[in-house]
Amino acid sequence: MEAKWITALKSTLGEKYVRTAVVDRHSYSYDGSFGEYVPEAVVQVASARQVSEVMKIANHYRVPVTPRGQGTCLSGGPLPVYGGMVLDTSQWPASIEVYADDLIAEVSPGTLTSAIHQEVEAYGLMYPPDPSSAHVSTIGGNLAENSGGPRGLKYGVTKDYVIGLEVVTPEGEITRTGGRTIKNVTGLDITKLIVGSEGVLGVITSATLKLIPKPKAVQTIMVAFASMETAGRAISTTLTSGILPSKMEFIDHACVQAVEAYEPSGLPQDAEAVLIMELDGHEETLDKELQEILTIMKQLEATAVQVPETAEAAARIWKARKMVSPAIATIKPTKVSEDATVPRSQIPLMMKKLGEIREKYEINLVVFGHAGDGNLHPNILCDERDQAEMKRVEKAVEDIFQAAIDLGGTLSGEHGIGTMKSPFMENEIGIAGVDLMKRIKQSWDPNNIMNPGKIFAEPGQRLVLSRE
Amino acid sequence: MNEPETLKDVMNYEKAFDCVQCGYCLPACPTYETMETETHSPRGRIQLMKLAAEGHISLHELEDPVEKCLGCMACVTVCPTNVQYDQMLEGAKHAIEKNKEKPKHQAALEKGLFEHAVPSSKIMHSVGNLTWMYQKSGLQTFAQKLGILSKTPLHLGEFASVLPPMPSPKQRASREKVQPAQQKEKLRVAFFTGCVMDSVFFTINEQSVELLTLAGASVVIPEEQTCCGALHAHAGRHDEAVALAKQNIQMLEDLNVDRIVNNAGGCGAQMIRYDHLFDEGSDWHKRALAFVAKVEDITKVLAELDGLQFTKPLNYTITYQPSCHMTNVQRITNEPRQLMNQLPGVSVNEMNDPDFCCGSAGIYNIVQYDESMKILDRKMGDAQATNAQVIVTTNPGCLLQMKYGAERASSGQRAVHLIELLIEAEPKIKQIKNV
Repeated sequence: MEAKWITALKSTLGEKYVRTAVVDRHSYSYDGSFGEYVPEAVVQVASARQVSEVMKIANHYRVPVTPRGQGTCLSGGPLPVYGGMVLDTSQWPASIEVYADDLIAEVSPGTLTSAIHQEVEAYGLMYPPDPSSAHVSTIGGNLAENSGGPRGLKYGVTKDYVIGLEVVTPEGEITRTGGRTIKNVTGLDITKLIVGSEGVLGVITSATLKLIPKPKAVQTIMVAFASMETAGRAISTTLTSGILPSKMEFIDHACVQAVEAYEPSGLPQDAEAVLIMELDGHEETLDKELQEILTIMKQLEATAVQVPETAEAAARIWKARKMVSPAIATIKPTKVSEDATVPRSQIPLMMKKLGEIREKYEINLVVFGHAGDGNLHPNILCDERDQAEMKRVEKAVEDIFQAAIDLGGTLSGEHGIGTMKSPFMENEIGIAGVDLMKRIKQSWDPNNIMNPGKIFAEPGQRLVLSRE
Repeated sequence: MNEPETLKDVMNYEKAFDCVQCGYCLPACPTYETMETETHSPRGRIQLMKLAAEGHISLHELEDPVEKCLGCMACVTVCPTNVQYDQMLEGAKHAIEKNKEKPKHQAALEKGLFEHAVPSSKIMHSVGNLTWMYQKSGLQTFAQKLGILSKTPLHLGEFASVLPPMPSPKQRASREKVQPAQQKEKLRVAFFTGCVMDSVFFTINEQSVELLTLAGASVVIPEEQTCCGALHAHAGRHDEAVALAKQNIQMLEDLNVDRIVNNAGGCGAQMIRYDHLFDEGSDWHKRALAFVAKVEDITKVLAELDGLQFTKPLNYTITYQPSCHMTNVQRITNEPRQLMNQLPGVSVNEMNDPDFCCGSAGIYNIVQYDESMKILDRKMGDAQATNAQVIVTTNPGCLLQMKYGAERASSGQRAVHLIELLIEAEPKIKQIKNV
């Protein structure tokens, strides 16, 4: 017998948009992170009205709803932990309306983030948030997870570029938050509350994004260092010299080795740490800033400095940076990717702690990331079929989280809490902090149907990476 | 192999662990775009194959997502972690095929087709000859008038209506088996005729040999060659694919040639992967590797020989629909374009997303007609937007599909194999200027 809520959804949306075949349910049981949870139905929506109808049915029958974009999430946001339905917004037709004179764009949740980048560029504008999955991920997912990216250093992250939202509440009301102006202090800032709420408060059905003028020129610089400490000093010296690069990326020795073995890309192989920076702005300013940075690097005894002269040469350097992820995946098949973030001054110390964790648990731990904003990506390469190793990895991840918190940092810089990090929330924000968040959640979603199982841990829940 | 193969072995289960589920394959997958569900995406299919190999879902349930896959391998090209989806797909098809109880008539038809028709040049030629008779006798016009063709199941008739005129059986029989280079010999090659190319597009094969000899290659057309086995492998008929590969490997070992040249992207893609059909380290694996080293697409050989100059200006705008198996398996993308750019008077206008499959995909357009047409319609939209008069292809399946697509979209465009276009431009032996 088909569940009543499924029958109700089918008569509202049409059979085709409520998929219940075994193969369909399994195809929406995962994302880019760990864990598989099979939903009872996959529901595809393409308008706020439809979402509203779906939420009313779900609320009536008390059925969990887990919104999902293209499922590139690295923290389990779109996993239907308690079954119910996956609400697929990836087939929602893309829509980007640019209001160039207002420097804003209205977008639909199913729009690819890279499509927004391209569209607004035609107006000489820029939407800065640039998660590395931008060519696959939807803006809906980026908003729900408050995605970051390399440009976060200078320009901030997704939440800094959202000034208004249309949201469907768990009870099925279509509401609007914020507006179309940069300044807006009318009432509580619900917009910021929704962005990054990981789908536990409602479904985003439209967003008003803030745009900025696109910088006229960019300049890439690659610098190699003989020790992590000097690389750390280079980051802080640069950032206190009056120059704010748009990107400051960091690759450790192990990652360099992996990239060069995977696809020789001209990275300095003997370096303990490599920094890749990008300056942006007016050409004349860039020249001056470049000279100042070169002086700093010389004073700090950088072992090698590369200043690409053509766009192609710069693109090769950034491609090498992009190669890190696939290259390290060849070390071992399973990749546990973390994004613990620390105050910038603590990067060398965090690196040291990560080294100790690597030794202690005898794991393959490599580090790269957005060093300029303290957002490191410690990655553990392991094999999910090796239960004993996975147990050690679980412990190592716990230690990484604790190390970040001890240094005044945070569990997650840009991937989100989701399922894996929820047991550690209290360590960072305390019992009262978690309780406050829970009360907000409860007032929005009295029946707890919106993406249950995320952010807030069940009593006794702990990190599990080994497969039963 | 002495041990009985487990389902996991057949399905190349271990390869599923290379997938980190990043989703980077999604934008590259044609069926994900047209079927609008992750079930019909590479990431979804890999997950389902893994679950089937583990016994969590049945092979019967796996069938639809696997059969709807075009096998275009665009996902393999964009995959950041090098998942060998091609081998997983073949393994899944093999497992499904072994498991399937087919209706008797379908099984008999497939048995006849795969065991006898496709590998036998005699029968494929008579298919070609029948087509010739059908066209010459006026039956074609008659059938088209009555609309009989469109009522046949499998839509075979619709494709038959765009077939080129066939050479007579006499022309076929008179083909020379050894043709010397028309200028100083730079290369000795065997020409791989291909089943579909040699029956339906016989003239293009003739033109291919002409171009090769003109450019400085001596050509033999070995009679011992057989079907490449691509269609068998794609249909999960693994054992037959292996047998055909062995015959071709043996055939080439007996010849004193530098290359084996083909003009069908799909055949070339199957042949450069012959080593995957055998266990690593085995004798056949070694022999397969020696074969693979000599497999080459004609565009690559012609570009390398660089022995032609084209004399007749063709005042066309053309667009190139690359064969997926050329792009994603053989990884040949430059040489066909290089040749097109040598043609006087021709301007090449690339379409949006040229690497998006045309929906032909072996016999996909016949067995999955409706899905194929959704993909074809998207492709024809992109092709029409280029304002090209001519759509150029490098594989018989794509050629047929684009011919059909142009007719279906009434675009007034003409689809040709690149070889035909090169011949139209009246190639001559390139004169080397003394420096």
